[in-house]
Amino acid sequence: MSADVQLDNVWIRFGDFVAAREANIHIQEGEFFSFLGPSGCGKTTLLRAVSGFLDPSDGRVLIGGQDMAGIGPNKRPTALIFQNLALFPLMTVWENITFALEVKGVGKQDRRKKADELLELIALPGQGEKMVNELSGGQKQRVAIARALAAEPSVLLLDEPLSALDLKLRQHMRTELRVIQQRVGITFIYITHDQGEALTMSDHVAVMSQGVIEQVADGNTIYDKPESAFVASFVGENNLFTGKVKETSDDYAIVDTASGELRARNAQRDGRAQLSTGDNAYVFVRPESLKFVDDRKFDNQIFAHVDQQEFEGNFWQVFFNVKGSDKRIKLSMVNDGRSVGHGLGDEVPLGFNADLAVALPEGVLAAE
Amino acid sequence: MADYWQTFFRKNGKSLALFLLMSVGFWMFLMIILPQVFMLDFSLRTNVPPPLWGTDAHSYTVEHYKYMLYGSAQSTQSYNYVDLSVFGRTILAAIFVTLIDLALCYPVAYYLAHVAQGGWSRLMVMSLIIPFWVNELLRAFAFKIMFGSTGIINNFLVWVGILDQPYDFIRGSVALYSGLSYAYILLMIFPIYNAIESLDKNQIEAARDLGSPWWRIHWRVVIPHAKPGITSGCTMVFMLTAGALAAPQILGGPSSLWFTQIIYQAFNQAGNWSRGSAYAIILLATCIIFVLLMMRVFKVKLGEIAR
Repeated sequence: MSADVQLDNVWIRFGDFVAAREANIHIQEGEFFSFLGPSGCGKTTLLRAVSGFLDPSDGRVLIGGQDMAGIGPNKRPTALIFQNLALFPLMTVWENITFALEVKGVGKQDRRKKADELLELIALPGQGEKMVNELSGGQKQRVAIARALAAEPSVLLLDEPLSALDLKLRQHMRTELRVIQQRVGITFIYITHDQGEALTMSDHVAVMSQGVIEQVADGNTIYDKPESAFVASFVGENNLFTGKVKETSDDYAIVDTASGELRARNAQRDGRAQLSTGDNAYVFVRPESLKFVDDRKFDNQIFAHVDQQEFEGNFWQVFFNVKGSDKRIKLSMVNDGRSVGHGLGDEVPLGFNADLAVALPEGVLAAE
Repeated sequence: MADYWQTFFRKNGKSLALFLLMSVGFWMFLMIILPQVFMLDFSLRTNVPPPLWGTDAHSYTVEHYKYMLYGSAQSTQSYNYVDLSVFGRTILAAIFVTLIDLALCYPVAYYLAHVAQGGWSRLMVMSLIIPFWVNELLRAFAFKIMFGSTGIINNFLVWVGILDQPYDFIRGSVALYSGLSYAYILLMIFPIYNAIESLDKNQIEAARDLGSPWWRIHWRVVIPHAKPGITSGCTMVFMLTAGALAAPQILGGPSSLWFTQIIYQAFNQAGNWSRGSAYAIILLATCIIFVLLMMRVFKVKLGEIAR
């Protein structure tokens, strides 16, 4: 049985510190939902409010339409997978997995059987008698998942469970988690600071910064149509030009920057354009949207000096200095057999189209 | 082994290494092993006055151990019921005191380790330690006054109306058990506190999240983790209680004799050092065997206690 989760105007304060501010989210039944943000942004705090270890200072948490106020973590239809997994080291693997059943008073025979089923599901058949510490990192990971699933929760909460694994295993577990989620069909709420994890696995992502939910959307939208300067700078790489809005027309804004007038999409929020004439604005352009000007025609053209070139095999990364900014900008170019064709220090024209750039109100940027 | 000593000397330098070896050796041999060897030797010899020590009259015998079991030859009873029953009662009382301390200290230790925060927890630890700056005898006398027939406890209970007339806490051994429990409470709290504190809080939350009520969290997660600490605390409290002398002397009722008091009498009043030694060895051996047995029952290894 799956259930939806609703955060209704949730505030969480610790003394004067606001850990979560006015969180309004509706997580659909059976979806894979991620909270993405840097450490300390309040994502774990919100997860603890859903699991019941923490009461919101204001607002409501609803699971399956039912208000969870006053219901403890042991009574909620949620199961939490901890960042450090928190497996019980003094119990065997199968005792770990069936702890939730032991609590419910299920007999030992039935528990053993259930444990064997779950061990099969997580591809560790016959390993039930081992102690937890005899398992590898990835195996412990899977035991933690099985232990949570044994509780038959409607919502599974995952607090950066992959962060302790090495890169290869992490990528493998991403796929595996997605497969398990689709198989069991319950709602997954996933906390991470790793955008790769959030974007690859999730149906929807909420990007958080300093206790505020900046944007909720599917991964594609988050990447292509960020709604705030934080989202634009946190998710993926982005080149930044600062300036003032000179004029707005239709869905575009023209921003006066040190590199000249740049035309970009006027970012929308709740169906309304965010910038009007005279506003301080940021223009963001992805490295892969930035091109060397050849015979093509671009909406925007700037001049920059080549500072550094990096060869990454499938990609060339070229860094430039631009006028009026101490930050370098970056251009990514697929390695199609041609060289970059410019030497260090050359001044070259670069171009990008307005549709692939976004203009946003000035705001807090993600730390680099 | 030779390698070990070589590195030991190289790492610490000659003078420090020698000092460490000598001080540990001095402590172990002169303060612990040698006295016990003498006690054992004494316990196995006839009881003769010091001038005859080393003569033929000072010969080996097991009569003192036999005495503990059968009493004197002139006795009409087939067993030494007096000493045996005191011995049995002492062991049982020590177990009882250990259990009381465990019941009192586990919740406090858990609270200190996982619930209390920062300044508050430090304040609690201080208020546990500071009373122990007071001398043990003074504390025992304070208990005697408190539990006396006109002591604060009787006065209070009579004033509230729970009792019609003062209760004799001394005769009822209440004062003794309270005094003994209090005397060794720190030796129970701190090993358990140390053990519980090293438990990852997430494990408690994980158990709770999986639906566990609080008692099962303790039974399945906290207590198994704290077992070495619990064993260590229980061992110390049991050993020290069984071997306590001051508290039973001061707080014990007229009818309740502690086994250590019998040993004391043998040495200081009966002038029978051999019997005193034999009784002391019996007490020590029984306590050690009992503790090792309990450790086997609860599946704790000796090495774990030292952590």
